[in-house]
Amino acid sequence: MASYEIEIILNRQLADCLSIPVFITDTDGNLIFYNEPAETVLGKRFEETGEMPVAEWSTVFKPLDEHGKPLHPEELPLVRTLTDEYPHHKKFYIESLKGERQHISVTSYPIISRTGKFLGAVAIFWKLKEK
Amino acid sequence: MKIKLWGVRGSIATTGPDTEIYGGNTSCVTIAHDDYVLVLDGGTGIRQLSGSNYPSHQRIDVLLTHLHLDHIQGLGFFSPLFDATKEIHIWGPASSSQSLFSRLSRYLSPPLFPVLLRDLPCKLFLHEIGNSQFEAGPFLIQSNYIIHPGPTVGFRVTYRNAVFTFLPDHEPALGNNGIIKESRWISGYDLAEGADILLHDSQFTPEEYSHKRGWGHSTINDACLFGSLTAVQRILLAHHDPSHTDTFLDEMFNSFKKSAGTIPPASLAKEGTEIDLS
Repeated sequence: MASYEIEIILNRQLADCLSIPVFITDTDGNLIFYNEPAETVLGKRFEETGEMPVAEWSTVFKPLDEHGKPLHPEELPLVRTLTDEYPHHKKFYIESLKGERQHISVTSYPIISRTGKFLGAVAIFWKLKEK
Repeated sequence: MKIKLWGVRGSIATTGPDTEIYGGNTSCVTIAHDDYVLVLDGGTGIRQLSGSNYPSHQRIDVLLTHLHLDHIQGLGFFSPLFDATKEIHIWGPASSSQSLFSRLSRYLSPPLFPVLLRDLPCKLFLHEIGNSQFEAGPFLIQSNYIIHPGPTVGFRVTYRNAVFTFLPDHEPALGNNGIIKESRWISGYDLAEGADILLHDSQFTPEEYSHKRGWGHSTINDACLFGSLTAVQRILLAHHDPSHTDTFLDEMFNSFKKSAGTIPPASLAKEGTEIDLS
């Protein structure tokens, strides 16, 4: 199996140095890395899960709007980035499988190589304090 | 497939009695088969490809890992560039913003150099590469971007079953915890996997590296770990720091060997070394 492009590897190495939750996906949305702070959001450890198919990790938490209604996937920043290859940002709620609700801010950006090739996406989660 | 090391010093040419064993010329290696010569990097070592070493083949391919000065400084003194009978192909890493011609012209133009790149007498062809595969003479070449500041590639040169991997400037350990020990997450892995010979950056001592993370270079420890993870047959440790004398290099290497675990055979790269991989 070929190794990842260095733009992906460097994003992982950067994520590994940060205290904010970072998720890295390939172009299909499969989760190829998440850092330690992201483990607390997912409730899973990367060493244990390894890479996760999009169908698996997208069900770990339920995105909700401010009224508690489920958000359509196409409204989520990471999904939008994977679709149009642009950065996106949104504040919304997530509910874990245990029913815990958190207000979060998510920023996503595409990983585009020096040659202009779309390689994947990064999503940065930020827990917001309730007003 | 005959390999010759014409320059293995890093950063700046360093001459004098303290560097006469391992050599003071900057990065340049040739790979020859019959009378065809492939030139890897254009550091000051390339100047020696003249006189009796002058390449006889009409076409010469020069592969540049990147455009830092220690890898291109010798180009202005590479005689075939001034020979109208020669066809020179220069392969270098693509940048997202400027052409290879434009970036090479920064050096090969006044006030840094009197002759413009476009005025060189040879028939000159520039090729921009990234994660690429191409042929040069009898050799199959794979280039991939690797971790080093600015656009930088490494090369895997294959002739029949012989493989030589050239990563003179490479920092695969960049990050919080060094090299990630999973093949998919190692910069340069595909270039080096199973190579007969890996020439790899080993510029710093671990103590020096602790102050120079992100400069794009490796320690002997990381170079050998990389060689071990990629299962190469032999490692040539190169890009010697200009402040490291022959004596210091020997001490550094001997100290490393005492604490090293099981690694592939490794040695310090020495200018003038010839290896036949046939």
